[in-house]
Amino acid sequence: MSGSRTDGGTTLDRGRPVPFNWAGRRYHGYAGDTLASALLANGVSIIGRSFKYHRPRGLIAAGLDEPNGIVQLESGAVTVPNVKATQIELYDGLTANPVNAHPSVDFDVMAVNSLVKRFIPAAFYYKTFLWPNWKLFEPSIRKAAGLGRAPGEADPDTYEHRYAHVDVLVVGSGAAGLAAAEAAAAIPGNERVALVEADAEFGGGLLSSADQIEGMAAIEWRNAALTRLEALPNMLLLNRTMAFGFYDHGLVALCERLTDHLPPHERSGPRQRLWKVRCRRVILATGAFERPIPFAGNDLPGVMLASAAQTYAKRYGALPGKRAVICTNNDSAYAAAFALQDAGCEIAAIVDTRSTAGARAEEARTRGIAIMSTAAPLRARGRRRVNALEIVALNDAAKRRIRCDTVLTSDGWNPAVHLHSQSGGSLAYDDDLQAFLPDRAVQDAVSIGAAAGVLTMDAAVTGARSLARGETPVLPPAAAVGPTRHFADGDIAAQKAWVDFQNDVTVGDIQLAARENFRSVEHLKRYTTLGMASDQGKTSNVTGIQVLSDLLGKPPQAIGTTKFRPPFDPVTIGAFAGRAVGADLMPLAQTPAHDAQVALGAKIEPYGSWLRAAYLPRNGEREHEALAREVLAVRNSVGLFDASTLGKIEVKGPDAAEFLQRIYVNGVRNLKIGSCRYGLMLNEHGIVYDDGVFARLGEDHFLVGTTSGHAGAIADTLHEWLQCEWSDLKVMVENVTTGWAVMNVAGRHARDVFAEAGTDIDLSAEAFPHMTYRAGTVGGVPARVQRVSFTGELSYEIAVPWGYGAALWDALMRCGRRYGITPFGVESLMVMRVEKGFLHVGSDTDGTTYPQDVGFGAAIAKKTDDFVGRRSTMRPEGLREDRRQLVGLEITDGGGPLETGAHVLPGDAIEPRGTQGWVTSSINSPTLGRPLAMALVERGTQRLGEAVRVWDLDTWREAKIADPRFFDPAGKRIHG
Amino acid sequence: MLLINCPNCGPRPEIEFRCGGESHIERPGPHGEVTDEAWSDYLFYRSNPKAEHRERWVHAGGCRRWFNLVRDTVTHRITAVYPMGEAGPAEAAR
Amino acid sequence: MTVRYSALSLLREGLNGQRGWEPAWRDASPKARYDAVVIGGGGHGLATAYYLAKNHGLTNVALIERGWIGGGNTGRNTTIIRSNYFYPETAQFFEFALKLYEGLSRDLNYNIMFSQRGMWMLGHDRHGLEMLRRSANAMRLNGIDAELHDGDAVRAHIPGLNGTPRFPILGGLNQPRGGSARHDAVAWGYARAASALGVDIIQNCEVTDFLIEGGQVRGVETSLGTIRSETIGMAVAGHSGVLAAKAGVRLPISSYALQAFVSEPVKPCLDTVILSPATGTYLSQSDKGELVIGAGLDLYLSYAQRGNLPWMERAAAGVIELFPAFSRMRFLRQWAGIVDVVHDSTPIIGKTNLGGFYVNCGWGTGGFKAIPAGGWCLAHAMATGEPHSLASAFTLDRFRTGALIDEASASGIAH
Repeated sequence: MSGSRTDGGTTLDRGRPVPFNWAGRRYHGYAGDTLASALLANGVSIIGRSFKYHRPRGLIAAGLDEPNGIVQLESGAVTVPNVKATQIELYDGLTANPVNAHPSVDFDVMAVNSLVKRFIPAAFYYKTFLWPNWKLFEPSIRKAAGLGRAPGEADPDTYEHRYAHVDVLVVGSGAAGLAAAEAAAAIPGNERVALVEADAEFGGGLLSSADQIEGMAAIEWRNAALTRLEALPNMLLLNRTMAFGFYDHGLVALCERLTDHLPPHERSGPRQRLWKVRCRRVILATGAFERPIPFAGNDLPGVMLASAAQTYAKRYGALPGKRAVICTNNDSAYAAAFALQDAGCEIAAIVDTRSTAGARAEEARTRGIAIMSTAAPLRARGRRRVNALEIVALNDAAKRRIRCDTVLTSDGWNPAVHLHSQSGGSLAYDDDLQAFLPDRAVQDAVSIGAAAGVLTMDAAVTGARSLARGETPVLPPAAAVGPTRHFADGDIAAQKAWVDFQNDVTVGDIQLAARENFRSVEHLKRYTTLGMASDQGKTSNVTGIQVLSDLLGKPPQAIGTTKFRPPFDPVTIGAFAGRAVGADLMPLAQTPAHDAQVALGAKIEPYGSWLRAAYLPRNGEREHEALAREVLAVRNSVGLFDASTLGKIEVKGPDAAEFLQRIYVNGVRNLKIGSCRYGLMLNEHGIVYDDGVFARLGEDHFLVGTTSGHAGAIADTLHEWLQCEWSDLKVMVENVTTGWAVMNVAGRHARDVFAEAGTDIDLSAEAFPHMTYRAGTVGGVPARVQRVSFTGELSYEIAVPWGYGAALWDALMRCGRRYGITPFGVESLMVMRVEKGFLHVGSDTDGTTYPQDVGFGAAIAKKTDDFVGRRSTMRPEGLREDRRQLVGLEITDGGGPLETGAHVLPGDAIEPRGTQGWVTSSINSPTLGRPLAMALVERGTQRLGEAVRVWDLDTWREAKIADPRFFDPAGKRIHG
Repeated sequence: MLLINCPNCGPRPEIEFRCGGESHIERPGPHGEVTDEAWSDYLFYRSNPKAEHRERWVHAGGCRRWFNLVRDTVTHRITAVYPMGEAGPAEAAR
Repeated sequence: MTVRYSALSLLREGLNGQRGWEPAWRDASPKARYDAVVIGGGGHGLATAYYLAKNHGLTNVALIERGWIGGGNTGRNTTIIRSNYFYPETAQFFEFALKLYEGLSRDLNYNIMFSQRGMWMLGHDRHGLEMLRRSANAMRLNGIDAELHDGDAVRAHIPGLNGTPRFPILGGLNQPRGGSARHDAVAWGYARAASALGVDIIQNCEVTDFLIEGGQVRGVETSLGTIRSETIGMAVAGHSGVLAAKAGVRLPISSYALQAFVSEPVKPCLDTVILSPATGTYLSQSDKGELVIGAGLDLYLSYAQRGNLPWMERAAAGVIELFPAFSRMRFLRQWAGIVDVVHDSTPIIGKTNLGGFYVNCGWGTGGFKAIPAGGWCLAHAMATGEPHSLASAFTLDRFRTGALIDEASASGIAH
């Protein structure tokens, strides 16, 4: 009544029994078993429940086309949901469980769905659940959906990526693939040939064939071929490696399984490896998938594909049952019948839709197997397993019932054209084979063997060798398959004839779809969900197209197929990410003073792509306390800041000044050597792109400063202008940001501290005024120094080669000790610059801010030359009177700081409706002892002194528009 | 994943490059004489064909040089690569 | 007239062997002339046809689609519906779309499975949080639901989020009324309802040329013959430029491939929609149990509608960064559509310089959530000759004047 172990098994090792657990019970298999073959051999019949109706289901296939045998593998951190039992290599102590069945596969309460099946056909959910609304029903639908369970713990495994460049990639190691690989490797010039095989064993169909090739038994031919391949120096052999995606320009992606076949406690190293292989040529020997025959009750456990039964018997020594009926329209199923008979199964009959049985009829008769011609299966009987098969004669509808516990079906073969299609190749429907074959290739990719519809091994091998050598072989004509019995539109039996086993789609559902005008192949798929399950229709798509073709009277070629998409078979998400996880995902860069700051207790935060100190708290200070201390220290004495992240770009050449004149809003040409200027850059849309200080080091030499993290993009932009638009300018540009570490010492004792560190630069106010540049040495190390200030205090930015940065920090900290030098972080810097009303691009500007909005209107008017973005600022939108402008806000309600991101409304606003702008920066000022903010406000500069209201998530605040230069507007401290 | 033949470095994968959009776009000037329409054309309007497209790319992860190429926007087939500043192959007869 | 859908109809047909179901929409043969023609059988086109009939009583309308309806971006997107926009013009427009979605199943008598389970945008650093606050306030001031939460609250709402991430989750902005719907159902629902009102839906009908005379459109040449009309609307997303060029109309769009991925279906493990600006990844779990994951654009022109490996890797890394446990799940399928991207990520709806020719395009990566409003406004423009007030800022002219509505810049993420 169910499966059993038998002799034989080409890849089984009977010397190594393997215990495993399934659905809470203990079983034994052998090394070389899959979970599926071991369960079959142990007589497990019901392996799962279908998705929608929870009908009991058994295995129908032996490979990755299996739609029913979906399991939850292992548990805890190493669990994997939705694995096909046919793809799990059995290992010691393996534990697996059925999915989507409660309390068990043998007794599933949700099977009640099956009783009401007629009321919940395909697409029923679109026609109901309208009242009161979907919210009421959705939770139940969601709970019923899905098969396995997502893991609940972080993945303990790692994954890696590798690359390869090959002359020829052969996908699939059946007879055709092995022959092609050998032939390709022999061609001079093919220095690298790779052969990939998804299975653990090379050989494909050879592992379960009883046929002979070139006078040898299939398995011996395979062993010999493999031995020769292994000896070739230019051959890369990868088993357990699935080619899953064929992309542009010969790129094929593979997933190699490294440790999945081992018990969890024995696994080490990366679990899977993603290969990205660039190929000059691809040979697709991907085989073909057998088509099941649709008939009423064809989803009963015990009904399976003929070739699958043959594989189980020959390769795994597992018999699906004791008395089998074989239903077919072609010759290949006869081999399955013979294999099962040899393994001890009684063959009740071969039911063949052809009127004259093919080449194997003679052997069948010799073996005493009855052949019923011009007949097809009508209905499988049984409750939880098939116990009889009704067959019908095609010409006179006479019926017969045959007792059996196993039904094998074969409706022909569908070449695995997935990779060919992904590569851009087209398909043509072959009427003899009743299948889609590869037609035209767009890339250098050729299909061979069963993948090209060549189903006999000798022909496949000959053809493979020819094609590998670049010849066009003459292939024998394919033997036409016999007819398939079709269903009349509305036949009740169609509602029990399954096409997509996992998603529970029947012939009746396809008829329903056509009835409702879902008649294109894509509508059919989406309406019924045929082909959308985890097997992606490998055993159902073509059948579905044929049923539709029959219904509409339209040839399959005209109906076409749905699109073949990567991955060919599901691939682990972690494999795609590879090493780009955790800290290795977009890794952050560290500044030279990072370690020193951490040692001082700094609160390190990510700012763009950099890790920086936000502030350096002492003695358990909270943030606002640390900021107050740091700011007052700088304002009253001296502070130290690691400014290494600020961008530095060298611009050199006879046309450097002319070039920068076209880049900046400001004038550049007239800048004196040794001087610095604060500049604004726009993009071509007129939007404020960056700001920074640029210095003239020489007639032809400038140092351009950018905001932190932006130097790379700006350097790229400068290169683009020079190479694409102004190639006549003689300028070189180089991003040297990480060539120079920069320490900023700021405060009234800055000069003293700097001098103490030792320098040959004249630091007197006359010799080194504000906004100038000097070069020399500091502590014996080459240095570039600019007197620029974002804090508003006397300030030096001292740049030394990056490697000396930490030493410079240490030196300045040492030299500043007697002045109480205080290291400060980014947030304190932000407090001080807001006190001064200094712009911070990215905070006070966004993708809509024009230069005239931030006070650069006059600068533009003064400059007559064109510069990047100029014309955009002059569009009607740029000339509007009511643009948002950057202003300061004084808080007038006695409360604390405003929230950055709060919105500004008119002073008499009562309703929280509409906006006149928003708060862009907000601080509590320790220097001035009150909260301050900056904001972009409509017509802000014309409304100085005006009262406004500030709204933030139901909270109202009162403020007044003010000049943002809150502290030392005349800049006396800067010029010290 | 495209394989692009950088004129300096040879065939390299797409991820080493950045596409700068359509080639041979002229920047209008002088800025004082350009109409809003002409400027808008320059900023926003491109041919966007479902056919061969002349576009510029930069080998950002390599030599950092810009160049032009001709690529079909449906098949992604690259039929020509030519230096920045050159006119490129004559358009196929229509 | 099609059968009215209801639980009763399922009961009746269940007992009747499903034999009484009628075509969801009529397959019409094109007439020689119509009062209005809509080109493009995606969500926007079908919605336009429906609202022409429903709002404006125009039923002598043809909807022509070169392939099968819903076969373009409508059938390929990640199904997210939200209105968490920044500027008043866009916020009000998308909020109108969301409100229409809320009543759409009943309106169309078709369950579009609109599941309002929230749409979260995460904040990973100080600046990100400030931007979220700015957005939350803008939403609220536009009358749209927005909640700002700190990191602990985000983790409490979304179990499974990474505890020690490379991109710390410092906070999140949730639009509770956001969520997702079944994309195919939106297209089919509109088609059925439009057809029931008399609209001719004509599939496998490709426009090959426009008939233009005296600065006015007079009709189209198609693979099924000539169809005359003086009012023609076009909603063909990534093909807008190619098709408009046949009418001598230029559009400021670029067509790029936008990819999406699904995992195998698992039991419920994520019951809301999440976007992480740091990694550019957005994900949700469909009612079928699959994780639906979106990513970014390959920024070179493509009409190929196929996915690419680099974004698959980046999306995988983004998913794992948010949910480390999902690493062992598997991608089942990868695909792409062709999106029509404009510089400011804000649509173009309304008149062109060709009389009687109207466009609906520029949706970029965010067209699905706008379908009801896009159709409503295009129908209004076609029926009255004037833009609907909700779409008055979505003109072609804004590219000349600089009056762009730059949502991408406003929120720092792709829309």
